Amino acid sequence: MNMTATLPAAAAAPRVRPPPEAPKAPKVEHPTVEAMRMFLRNPSAIAGMAMLAIVLAVAIAGPWIHPADPFEIRTAPLTPPFSEDAWLGSDYLGRDVLTTLIYGGRATLLVGAVAALLSVLIGITLGAFSGYYGGRVDGALMRVTEFFQVLPALLFAMVVVTLFSPSLVTVTLAIGIVSWTGTARLTRAEYMKYRGMEFVRAERAIGARDARIIWKVILPNALPPLVVSATLAVGAAILFEAGLSFLGLGDPNQMSWGLMIGSSRQYVLSCWWAVAFPGAAIFVTVLAVSLIGDGLNDALNPKLRER
Amino acid sequence: MLRYLASRLLQGLGLVMAVVILNFVLVHAAPGDPVETIAGASGGMSPELMAQLRTQYGLDRPLPVQLGVYLGKVLQGDLGYSYFFNMPVTAMIAERVPATLLLVLSAVLFAFLVGTALGVLSSRKPNGMLSQFITVLSMVGFAAPVFWVGIMLVILFASVLPILPVAGMRAIDSTGGGIADVLDVLHHLVLPALTLSLVYLAQYSRLARSSMLDVLGSDFIRTARAKGLADRIVLYKHALRNALLPVVTVLGLQFGNVLAGAILVETVFNWPGLGRLAFDSVLRRDYPTILGVLLFSSIVVVVMNQLTDLCYRLIDPRIKAA
Repeated sequence: MNMTATLPAAAAAPRVRPPPEAPKAPKVEHPTVEAMRMFLRNPSAIAGMAMLAIVLAVAIAGPWIHPADPFEIRTAPLTPPFSEDAWLGSDYLGRDVLTTLIYGGRATLLVGAVAALLSVLIGITLGAFSGYYGGRVDGALMRVTEFFQVLPALLFAMVVVTLFSPSLVTVTLAIGIVSWTGTARLTRAEYMKYRGMEFVRAERAIGARDARIIWKVILPNALPPLVVSATLAVGAAILFEAGLSFLGLGDPNQMSWGLMIGSSRQYVLSCWWAVAFPGAAIFVTVLAVSLIGDGLNDALNPKLRER
Repeated sequence: MLRYLASRLLQGLGLVMAVVILNFVLVHAAPGDPVETIAGASGGMSPELMAQLRTQYGLDRPLPVQLGVYLGKVLQGDLGYSYFFNMPVTAMIAERVPATLLLVLSAVLFAFLVGTALGVLSSRKPNGMLSQFITVLSMVGFAAPVFWVGIMLVILFASVLPILPVAGMRAIDSTGGGIADVLDVLHHLVLPALTLSLVYLAQYSRLARSSMLDVLGSDFIRTARAKGLADRIVLYKHALRNALLPVVTVLGLQFGNVLAGAILVETVFNWPGLGRLAFDSVLRRDYPTILGVLLFSSIVVVVMNQLTDLCYRLIDPRIKAA
């Protein structure tokens, strides 16, 4: 397979420390501190952090400030936005769009974050074993990865959720199970790069076990590109959840942004606001996450910064 | 090369077989069996009739035997009957393929052509307006849910600017046949194809741009310039050819994603394709049809991946057959 094509731009390059003999003898910073400084100097990454902070604050604190049932009918149906009793209007049943927006974010963000975490854990574990051991282990694990790569992800998730009744848990599992292949390939490439290096061989020479080398020695070095890919995985998982809910395959008892769009779809010509606002919320959230991901990429893999 | 082809073919077959087995396992791991589903759908059934149906469908035989029978059927192109329409699943899929093919191909082609053009043009001025535009476009393409973009376009073109049809593939009063029919379908195609292509347009333009910048920085381009070749020739004849490789690869390897996008877009625009069939079948709990679509799409993805790999090797002779 042509690895180069499937991997995100962050495939190569170990952490680069500034050469000590550089002119003016700059103070050598810990790479993490240096990366953090670069990240904080990046305006679009800061903008992404701010956007995400607002979205998270609303999702977490919203229910305390504005306790309500998002499914409750509160006003006349199809109330336009910016009216007094419904700031963002109401949908075809009279449910308040602002309330559903506040509560809907919780399910979307929770599923997105947990599913991304799950997919990253699966991806790193399989990728690490595959890249570290190589040979038959690698062959077998790569076949599994290829298999999950050819499965059309959305369709497969639809099948799983339909067969095992939709709930937050099945949706999260389905998304996690279908979306780990990219991380696995990336991790594998990193481990293949490091496993023959001197510091790893030295570790082996003093009798370290495989488990220690995999998790304690190589992983910290392989982490920078993986952090970036994990961030982007959160964005992808949020979009995935929204797509499933839009198709009516989310948890029907949990309000979510995708569900709002899906259920108002047929009435969209009489209440554009019931679709426009939740969609904009998804857009802003995913945009924030991907801006942070880009910023992390610039900070952690400075060699690969895009022109 | 022949040995390489044979091994790729075997590998592809193995992947397809794995999908078939996964299908089988999924259906059997799910709570309830098909007979219960049918009984539920038809509103109750006596235990005797259910037992009779189980015998008739072979559900009382041991699992390995059932798997064998299923594999045999699939190899013959028999994917079972839809619970809902009582029609062969294969026939239903075949009926829907052209619509999806039309949608997906036009979207991908549009994204490829326009995306490459944008990428090439912007590579001449790496910090110009066009480059900024591509950056914004790629953010929107990644972050905006494709179904939401579709619905927003529906709102725009249904109420504000009613020049394009927003649903279906043909006008209701379409008489069918002839050039008028072709124009009608194309007219209906514009919005769904545009929506689906947005994601890929964003990706390809960004990819083409960075790939062009990469190539333009290499020695052979400097040599070509030093020879005094016209800028146009350097750009299109030397650089573009080399810069296209990654774009072509991503294009082929992403086919599975394009199908996923097609499900959402077809649902938004009532486009009568495979994705719409999958969505409707999910709502109807029509398992044979869903699994049939899943299997069919996986086969398409496998074939596309193999073809991409092959094309890649043909375009770039540096990659030797392993």
